[in-house]
Amino acid sequence: MTDAPIRAAGSSPGAQSAPIVSVRNLTKTYKMGEVTVEALRKVDLDIARGEFVAISGASGSGKSTFMNILGCLDAPTGGKYVLDGREVESLSRDELSLMRNRKLGFVFQSFNLLSRTTALENVELPLLYRKDTRPADNHEKALAALRAVGLGERVHHHPNQLSGGQQQRVAIARSMVNDPVLILADEPTGNLDTRSSIEIIGLFQGLNVKGITIVLVTHEPDIASYAGRLIVFRDGNVVRDERNPSPLRASDELAKLNPAEKIA
Amino acid sequence: MRMSALLIIALRSLARNKLRSFLTMLGIIIGVGAVIAMLSVGQGAKAMVQTSIASLGTNVITVFPGGGSPGSVRTEAGTTSRLTEDDVEAIRREAEGIRYLTPTARVSAQVKFAGQNWRTSVYGAYPEYLQIRNWNPVEGVSYGMSDERGASKVALLGQTVVKNLFGEGVNAVGQTIRIKNLPFRVIGILESKGQGSFGQDQDDIIIAPYSTVQKKLIGATYAQNLTASAVSEDAIPEASAQIDEILRRRFHIGPSDTPDYTIRTQTEIAQAAGSVSQTMTVLLSSIAGISLLVGGIGIMNIMLVSVTERTREIGIRLAVGAKGRDILLQFLVEAVTISFFGGLIGVALGAGASTFLSSVQGWAVKLSLSSILIAFIFSAATGIFFGWYPARKAARLNPIDALRYE
Repeated sequence: MTDAPIRAAGSSPGAQSAPIVSVRNLTKTYKMGEVTVEALRKVDLDIARGEFVAISGASGSGKSTFMNILGCLDAPTGGKYVLDGREVESLSRDELSLMRNRKLGFVFQSFNLLSRTTALENVELPLLYRKDTRPADNHEKALAALRAVGLGERVHHHPNQLSGGQQQRVAIARSMVNDPVLILADEPTGNLDTRSSIEIIGLFQGLNVKGITIVLVTHEPDIASYAGRLIVFRDGNVVRDERNPSPLRASDELAKLNPAEKIA
Repeated sequence: MRMSALLIIALRSLARNKLRSFLTMLGIIIGVGAVIAMLSVGQGAKAMVQTSIASLGTNVITVFPGGGSPGSVRTEAGTTSRLTEDDVEAIRREAEGIRYLTPTARVSAQVKFAGQNWRTSVYGAYPEYLQIRNWNPVEGVSYGMSDERGASKVALLGQTVVKNLFGEGVNAVGQTIRIKNLPFRVIGILESKGQGSFGQDQDDIIIAPYSTVQKKLIGATYAQNLTASAVSEDAIPEASAQIDEILRRRFHIGPSDTPDYTIRTQTEIAQAAGSVSQTMTVLLSSIAGISLLVGGIGIMNIMLVSVTERTREIGIRLAVGAKGRDILLQFLVEAVTISFFGGLIGVALGAGASTFLSSVQGWAVKLSLSSILIAFIFSAATGIFFGWYPARKAARLNPIDALRYE
């Protein structure tokens, strides 16, 4: 798979159809008692359909706030946000739920799986909140998603019976089960060892190949180097936005890792 | 989200904290159980009172001498006007609403038979007294107007008198007993009436012709009261008014004056007794209802704890696309599940308690479907009412705040 179309710098996003994410003048301020914290100060950003974007920055730089707003989990204080052609700030609570359900997938650093609930049920969860599916189909879709992340054998395990990497795979299966257009991953490898991290990134690259836009927050430069575009936040502003002409491929890196592991 | 899925989530969540769920349920169990037991006791008491009032007879109207209230002083019954057989005749002639009518006289007397002694009440009344009271001899016959006119020394015995005077297995009919040392022939045995409205034994009685009792046993000419029966239940007020009018005329009492006799109808007695037992039922049930309320507060309390504990779970559900309504329903279903099962166990417990009270304690208890339904609906409503606030609190959480909750 040498010619996998991981989008790299040079392929101009603007030349394509309308961007999946378009943000203009986005601001977010928190009031903490007397102090007002400006988490985002007039951010302008476009993300094209099919991009693999890494966002990094120091803690408090606004990157997480930005992700939460992209994910319709938090509302901006000001500015415009268009997600897949819809103006998010005009949506009601229920419509935002619908956006999260149909268009978005989330992967968190702390996995955020429901404990005491099997992997399969965790993956089925987004399907349960839509009314246009049949329970039997939900089951099939969830199983397929788990097989796709390599957990076909552990569908009835509970999160506490799975390793961190496996739990994150369940979370990825959950994020992709509703065929989203955009997957948001907030430090998905933050709690994982190197090998698991690369495997997880590999899954994201696989999803990206299928056309799903991926936005990944990380503070690890080597993880960011798997992405086709790197955006750096500082003090609520985008300070760097650059293309990576030759992103790493997880499959290659894993192959390099294997012999080293065998020696050790 | 589907109802079945919500129910499974609720049951799992309750199973996760078994003791906590049980203790919360206990509030509802006790509340519902108490409501059912109390309603049963109340309704049982009411039914018992109704039966004993019905045993008074059919459409009965009773006239007592005295009992008026001149000013605020209530004179003792029997101290004023004297009701005589002439009054009886006048009423019988003029009051169209009356079917049966008899004066009655009562005397307490020592009764003897073959060395056995028994003190009982001897009632003197016309033969139609038995029709008024719907009372028939189970053995032998009643006396007739000829016995009345001839002041025959014949007697009808109640079951208690028979038991105490003759013992088991002796045919009392045809025997001669002595009442106040006068020989009376037993011509019939009355069927059992059981306990009266005030717990007295209605079978501890001897009934004899009015004239016989008045002349031979008491030596008076005035009746202790008049007992009548209206032609129908609807005619009771009319008949009662007719008696009043006739007596006012005969005793020269003006229409606005307080008469020195009292007319009581069976309807009035039933209403008075009914309102007493109604009050009792309401009182008992409201005490039981308060315990249901306390149980509901318990549900609300534990649901608030549950919402706080599961804030992160709520965040996850919101993140994957749950709507506020889905979260609301999830917690509401959980609250209602607690109250539903609490109600179910409570019904069983209340029914058990009612059965215990009636079979072991001998209370009059009436377990009705309506009281079970009332208690059950109330418990389910308690779940909805007290589950609503915590569920709404959960539904209104901000997704990101819920996800970040530690």
